[in-house]
Amino acid sequence: MAGSQLLSLEGVSKEFPGVKALDNVRFDLNAGEVHAIVGENGAGKSTLMKILSGIYKKDTGVITYQGDHVNVSSPHEAQSLGISIIHQELNLMPHLTVAENIFIGREPRRKSRIFLNNSKLVKDAQALLDELNIVLDPKELVGEMTIARQQMVEIAKAVSYRGEVIIMDEPTSSLTPSETEALFKIINSLKANGKGIIYISHRLEELDVISDRITVIRDGQYVKTMKTKETSIPEVISLMVGRKVDQDQRPDKRALSKDVVLKAENISTKKLLKDVSFELRKGEILGFAGLMGAGRTELARALIGADPKTSGKVWLKGQEISIKNPHDAVQAGIGYLSEDRKRYGLLLIQDITFNVIMASIPKYVNKFGIFKKGPAAGIARDSIAKLRIRTPSEKQFVKNLSGGNQQKVVIAKWLARDCEILIFDEPTRGIDVGAKDEIYKLLTQLANEGKSIIMISSELPEVLRMSDRIAVMCEGRLTGIIENKDADQNVIMQYATKFRD
Amino acid sequence: MSTTVKATTSEEVSGNKFMALIRREIGQVFAIAGLVIIFAFFSFMKPVFYSWANVSNGILMSTTVTGLLAVGITFVIITGGIDLSIGTGTTLCAILVAHYVVGWHLPLWSGFVIGMSFGALIGALNGAMIAFLKLPPFIATLATMKAAQGLALIISHLTPIRFDTVKGWESIAQGNLIGSIPNGVLILFGAAIVAWFILNRTVIGRYTFAIGSNGEATKLSGVKVERWLILIYALCGLFVGLAAVVLTARLGAAEPDLGLGYELEAIAAVIIGGTSLLGGKGTISGTIIGALIMAVLTNGLRILQVQQEWQYVVVGIVIVIAVFGDNVRRRRAGEIS
Repeated sequence: MAGSQLLSLEGVSKEFPGVKALDNVRFDLNAGEVHAIVGENGAGKSTLMKILSGIYKKDTGVITYQGDHVNVSSPHEAQSLGISIIHQELNLMPHLTVAENIFIGREPRRKSRIFLNNSKLVKDAQALLDELNIVLDPKELVGEMTIARQQMVEIAKAVSYRGEVIIMDEPTSSLTPSETEALFKIINSLKANGKGIIYISHRLEELDVISDRITVIRDGQYVKTMKTKETSIPEVISLMVGRKVDQDQRPDKRALSKDVVLKAENISTKKLLKDVSFELRKGEILGFAGLMGAGRTELARALIGADPKTSGKVWLKGQEISIKNPHDAVQAGIGYLSEDRKRYGLLLIQDITFNVIMASIPKYVNKFGIFKKGPAAGIARDSIAKLRIRTPSEKQFVKNLSGGNQQKVVIAKWLARDCEILIFDEPTRGIDVGAKDEIYKLLTQLANEGKSIIMISSELPEVLRMSDRIAVMCEGRLTGIIENKDADQNVIMQYATKFRD
Repeated sequence: MSTTVKATTSEEVSGNKFMALIRREIGQVFAIAGLVIIFAFFSFMKPVFYSWANVSNGILMSTTVTGLLAVGITFVIITGGIDLSIGTGTTLCAILVAHYVVGWHLPLWSGFVIGMSFGALIGALNGAMIAFLKLPPFIATLATMKAAQGLALIISHLTPIRFDTVKGWESIAQGNLIGSIPNGVLILFGAAIVAWFILNRTVIGRYTFAIGSNGEATKLSGVKVERWLILIYALCGLFVGLAAVVLTARLGAAEPDLGLGYELEAIAAVIIGGTSLLGGKGTISGTIIGALIMAVLTNGLRILQVQQEWQYVVVGIVIVIAVFGDNVRRRRAGEIS
């Protein structure tokens, strides 16, 4: 079914200061096929796609498009060639309508060329949406729509360029199963029309369904291209990682205390959460699973008082406490580690010492308010040793550390504050597989030492591997708490989609 | 079957649309209500306040210059930028207009051409520094603001240039083409209507919103954002030039030390009018209402014989109330957290 070759890349390299992001990579795409590119975070997939869509310039290499050598030097040029991309982070203008977003840069104009033809704009958008079987109001403001519907706008926009090649970077990362299915229908009809689709996804199980071929890249280098029918998920994973990885690892059996450290009852918020109740035991890792928008982060924020609760009670070690703001939470020994470390967890242009003592500064100043340098550096060095933070010294700026080591600095901050309860929001987001293992070990070590951990994660293998029990949320409600031994990906997904569709 | 389904949805949609319109424009509804309340308050305290003489010459006429500047800077603020140079830019344009029109004995209409050309040039320069040198708008326009202030003083030799020799110059602002409405007020409202069309009906208006909403995405969509930014700042400059002409016509002279601080008055009017400093959102009508609120306040307090010093304090408080009120409303509506 695959047609003629649309696009090929040979020997493409790209270097950033200090990093070789792509090294002699090749790739090709036929008309009427879906060719998946997989690789770990930082493997170079996004860099490759940015070169193809004109955002980055390649250092070396040849791109052939429909038989001609081309030099894609700007997004504008990529689009006029017929290469469009759906970016991983949605690239829409929230204050504009669906139709305005789809045709941005190519608005139908009146004869004067200055004035817009808004009625034609809406009509064209409607025709396109109908053609793709996407049910959206062209006049709706994009900022007022759900992420999934925004994703549909992105797809319509990409198709509207009428190009031959459409790049989709993680298009399903925020979609429910039925929305994913709808997307696949669109992809299949594009395929049937002879379009070539480059499909990037972390969800390997999707590739079985949607892709024709799979190319693996690792550390910026080309590894292998395979027909999807002739390979398997374990093979793809081992090619991605460069070694065998056990996807189905589970936590070691640990003797769990019966002591309840934290008890939450009927937590509700104005916007999303509805009567969420759960108990967290001493030394336990309680995983929170669910789809995007299920309310897991919102629950954490309500617990630590970052967002107001409309109802709900919280007990700490049997005593009812009132947490009205993050300060109260820290006083109660609850530390929250945001999924966006760089924005909410770290001072990037400060050293490790400053970051480690940030939540416990009063302990490290004398009565005149002057810093006690010795003890501060001491706790920083202790943390570096205990958490195995890889750094030349405690004076290193945090922005120079890798993602995994940055995460450890955030953990050190809360340990320095003597937090008994740690809430991890996506603890391994943006962290490489090797470093992930270390974070996992660290979490287990902390739990064994008696810390109680709430771990919010969107990666099911991670939830299954780490959690003693798994709480699943859907649309702001807690739909189930499962013992690890009773859980698998299917069971979790069932709970996670309980109220959907 | 399918028709019934369609009928209900379209009905629902139109119902939702009406509610959405109200919800979207509620900020302006509040602003108009605020304007009416303040107006009613002063009218009640001093009936002379609502006399046509006071409304036309006291309130509307005093809005013309800051109003024009506010309309221009609305475009810049919607892109998420700022232009601090519009105040002293007005001074420089005024001096240049006087320099050429008075010095070279040019006809009246050429004053508009000169003022708006130099205004657009200053704006384009700001835009170029922001788009190509990648200077933050605050810094780029701060630099222009100082430079314009200096140039105005240099060109004028620190003395006001009078328009005594130009016949009818003052009628640009003070004459009455239509009824008893001062021409300056006509210019302001005419310019506001043109600005509304540009913002809502033209390509440059669409890109103004797009850049402010998500500049990176706009660029990735193939829009030449740099070029449009320069045009948008130049467009703002056109209004600066127009404001300069109106200012000189009101005073009968170009004053080299008058204009500094106008930029903040204009920005205050835009903010009171509900345009977001974060970009992506804003209206011309809101800006006009904002400018009117400021003018009504200043004029009303003056009529109540409140000292000038206290007038400033009141304007400060009104800005806080307006923006805080807007924040509360939007938090309730769930637009921001």
